[in-house]
Amino acid sequence: MAFPGAIPLAASATTNLFAAREQMAFTLAFHIVLACIGVALPATILVANWIGLKRDDRDAIELAQRWSKAMAVTFAVGAVTGTVLSFEFGLLWPRFMERYGAAFGIAFGIEGLFFFLEAIFLGIFIYGWMRLPGWVHWWTGVPMFITGIGGAASVVSANSWMNQPQGFALDAAGKVTEVEPFKVLFNPAVPYEVPHMILAAYMVVGFLVASIYAVGMLKGRRDRLHRLGLLIPLTIALIATPIQLLVGDTAAREVAHHQPAKFAAMECVQDTGSHQTEYIGGICTADGVKVAIPIPWLDSMLVGFSPDTKVTGLNSIPNDERPPVNTFIHLAFDLMVGIGTAFLALGIWLLWSWYKRRDIPQTPWFLKAVSVSGVAAILALWSGWIVTEVGRQPWIVYHYMKVSEAVTDANGIWGIFIFTLLLYAALGTIAVLVLRRMSRRWREGGEGAAEEQPSPYGPLGPEVSPAVPFAGMVGKRNSQSEDAER
Amino acid sequence: MSTAAAVILWVGATFYALFGGADFGGGFWDLIAGNAEKGERPRGTIQRSLTPVWEANHVWLIFILVVLWTAFPQAFSAIFSTLYVPLTLAVLGIVLRGSGFAFRSSVEGLQARRAAGAVFALSSVITPFFMGAVVGAIAVGNVPAHGNGDAFSTWLAPAPLFIGVMFVATSAYLAAVFLVGDARRGGDHEMERYFERRALAAGVVAGIFAVVGLIALHSEGPYVYDRLIHEGLPLIIISALCGIGMLLVLLLGGRLLLRPLAAGAVIAVIWGWFVAQFPYLLPTSLTISHGAAPDPTLVAIFIVFAIACIVVLPALAILLVLAQSDMLEHEH
Ligand code: HDD
Ligand code: HEM
Ligand code: HEM
Repeated sequence: MAFPGAIPLAASATTNLFAAREQMAFTLAFHIVLACIGVALPATILVANWIGLKRDDRDAIELAQRWSKAMAVTFAVGAVTGTVLSFEFGLLWPRFMERYGAAFGIAFGIEGLFFFLEAIFLGIFIYGWMRLPGWVHWWTGVPMFITGIGGAASVVSANSWMNQPQGFALDAAGKVTEVEPFKVLFNPAVPYEVPHMILAAYMVVGFLVASIYAVGMLKGRRDRLHRLGLLIPLTIALIATPIQLLVGDTAAREVAHHQPAKFAAMECVQDTGSHQTEYIGGICTADGVKVAIPIPWLDSMLVGFSPDTKVTGLNSIPNDERPPVNTFIHLAFDLMVGIGTAFLALGIWLLWSWYKRRDIPQTPWFLKAVSVSGVAAILALWSGWIVTEVGRQPWIVYHYMKVSEAVTDANGIWGIFIFTLLLYAALGTIAVLVLRRMSRRWREGGEGAAEEQPSPYGPLGPEVSPAVPFAGMVGKRNSQSEDAER
Repeated sequence: MSTAAAVILWVGATFYALFGGADFGGGFWDLIAGNAEKGERPRGTIQRSLTPVWEANHVWLIFILVVLWTAFPQAFSAIFSTLYVPLTLAVLGIVLRGSGFAFRSSVEGLQARRAAGAVFALSSVITPFFMGAVVGAIAVGNVPAHGNGDAFSTWLAPAPLFIGVMFVATSAYLAAVFLVGDARRGGDHEMERYFERRALAAGVVAGIFAVVGLIALHSEGPYVYDRLIHEGLPLIIISALCGIGMLLVLLLGGRLLLRPLAAGAVIAVIWGWFVAQFPYLLPTSLTISHGAAPDPTLVAIFIVFAIACIVVLPALAILLVLAQSDMLEHEH
């Protein structure tokens, strides 16, 4: 019996498995972008709001209000796509949940707590702009900042557990008999996965918001609002970048030690041994990497700070325990690292220009770079998850349960997957259209267009620096420039 | 211990039925509010009272799912591998509903608003119906403990379907009662009477389907039926009394008791269901104690639940109080 309207397909676990994996990956990739917004946008809004309140800066308040209105939309889509994921755990992976729900479910309980609070304070913050007093309103936003981080930490802890499971015992039938919740929650992959993800969220949001204003500035809208809208989120993202690279570096070393098969796939290591070559780009084949840039010894150096470090190769791993599509994993890893490095360069460029002239670099290339940074950050985010998830294959719970044992026997997964693709495509398109309409409405000055009103600093020309967002970074110079303006 | 975990599950179900249910019902009234002109005021009332709270109300569903898969993983797996058809349709309804609602207040132009509104409203009916069918299928004992029950016959049966309709009617009834209060607070007497009439009608329909569902249960789910009319009898009586009391209040015009009575009727049914199923989680194949996770996991859930009571409930109360005292803008 096929699912109504679905393409009739034999209910075999193998066809199901592929469809279920693609379905899971696609819906996760969609959700994670909105999740990042939910994690990191509150802090970005609060910074703008704080600047606005502290300095009686209407542009900053206007930005905070706009972003919070946009967040009302993204949060709603995030909530429904998150709900889909929760259902999918049961719809696609009932055997996994049956066996391990008792262990890794706990993290989701804590996540639920955080998201509950987030949803509540979001309701208060977004709809409280008009009637609540300024600082009271600001404080109702602070819980969102905390819950965003807490929520992300707990879901990612669930994912970390799938990578480095511990804290449970199985009986002969494979049923979980004992659970140590603390060991489950604070598994060894948490210290690198959780901060890496939270920083990624801040980078995605920072670059994404900045890129919207960069596009506006390239179109000639070089008012103060756009400059603030560019600099506040960009500063946040660029502060996160160097820390992110350090955490990612640690993550890579941890993966090399605890999930050697994944690391071998990431780096296309074929034969176990020391003095491994690092390959940038290229195609992984059974007899080595083709068309890549080789850097001798570097791989071993990165893993153990010495060329003598032994790195496990794929040939030492049983055939049926090797991750699939190594080229894909390898290129995803390179893309993530490449984008992270490019962001670092962008940060250095901005810092240099600020140091020289207290302004963003004048060349349009800078704005062009910023305007693609949002998409690049999302690509890095997806690449990172592909490394983590595809690199864990064929395991759903590393060394304990294979994905093929976890999948449902239900019919019609393909049909549902195709339907989901269409539905999400529509959802994503409408969400983007709605957000663009919103921004057009703001630009045309419908509701409270603060750029029309004299800001406390007076209307600023494009040459004068906005003076605010870099206050923390180059404090002294900045207050000078501020005095100059006054 | 496992019973306490089941109680937590049912507490979540109670909150979801009351608040989430009222949200779904709002969508139902939106759906049948008529053309753009006629429906403008009721839709406005509905929109104002839902906007700041629906997201928080929705989280109760997540709460139920998470407690179910953590505390009773086997039941979760059995339910999802059997009832995947109505569950897929319910989650589809949730996606359409949430996005339709969010987009409706942000898109421009009557056409687009209408389309988003229609999606929101229609899916507000679909979702509770299929959730009711899932609950019905569990209650009549059609979900085998090891899952993989038949994809259709398990829920395409009179009792689950009647219970599905009862869910729709009950949420409509709850919503109408809440909206009466909201309209009165807004000083809109016309809307107050509008929703009074609808509360009355929906209350009667919900009552009828409750009785019809009970009769269907008699042949399809004898275990639950039996316990319902014995151990569960006091709760059934309370529910009936609340329902009748509410009808009287509506006809006679006392307003204060309206919400407590409406909520009481629903709460009594939910706990009647709990009593009727006891000690089973999946009647009659999986008991609560058999299906439960190891004790430390349950303790972890209790701790999370306790924190939720200490932190989330007051925050939720603040949200509801602010929303009810019009401190939160529905749109600005
Ligand atoms: C803005 C996004 C972003 C950027 C610039 C980077 N990463 Fe990343 N990376 C992620 C976003 C991300 C991620 C999507 O958030 C992942 C997926 C799982 C996780 O915990 O973080 C991830 C995973 C991930 C993993 C796999 C962890 C695992 O399997 O458990 C490694 C080894 C790295 N990263 C290493 C790096 C290195 C060496 C980087 C730069 C030098 C880097 N990442 C930049
Ligand atoms: C905490 C969050 C996450 C959890 C708990 C999680 C869990 C899962 C599960 C259960 C599967 C199916 C089984 C498997 O293939 O191993 C899966 C697969 C997958 N996930 Fe994740 N995931 C998370 C985040 C993400 C994100 C954000 C992405 C974004 C791209 C992602 C990408 C994938 C991919 C690509 C697969 C398929 C792997 C394959 O079939 O080769 N995951 N994940
Ligand atoms: C398999 C993995 C995941 C599941 C099952 C899941 C589940 C959910 C659920 C049920 C919601 C709705 C809660 C509500 O109504 O407010 C939600 C929202 C959210 N999720 Fe996920 N989630 C997953 C992965 C992630 C990841 C990896 C992150 C971030 C690191 C994340 C962050 C969020 C955030 C921030 C929200 C709030 C909505 C928003 O801000 O847009 N989720 N998620």
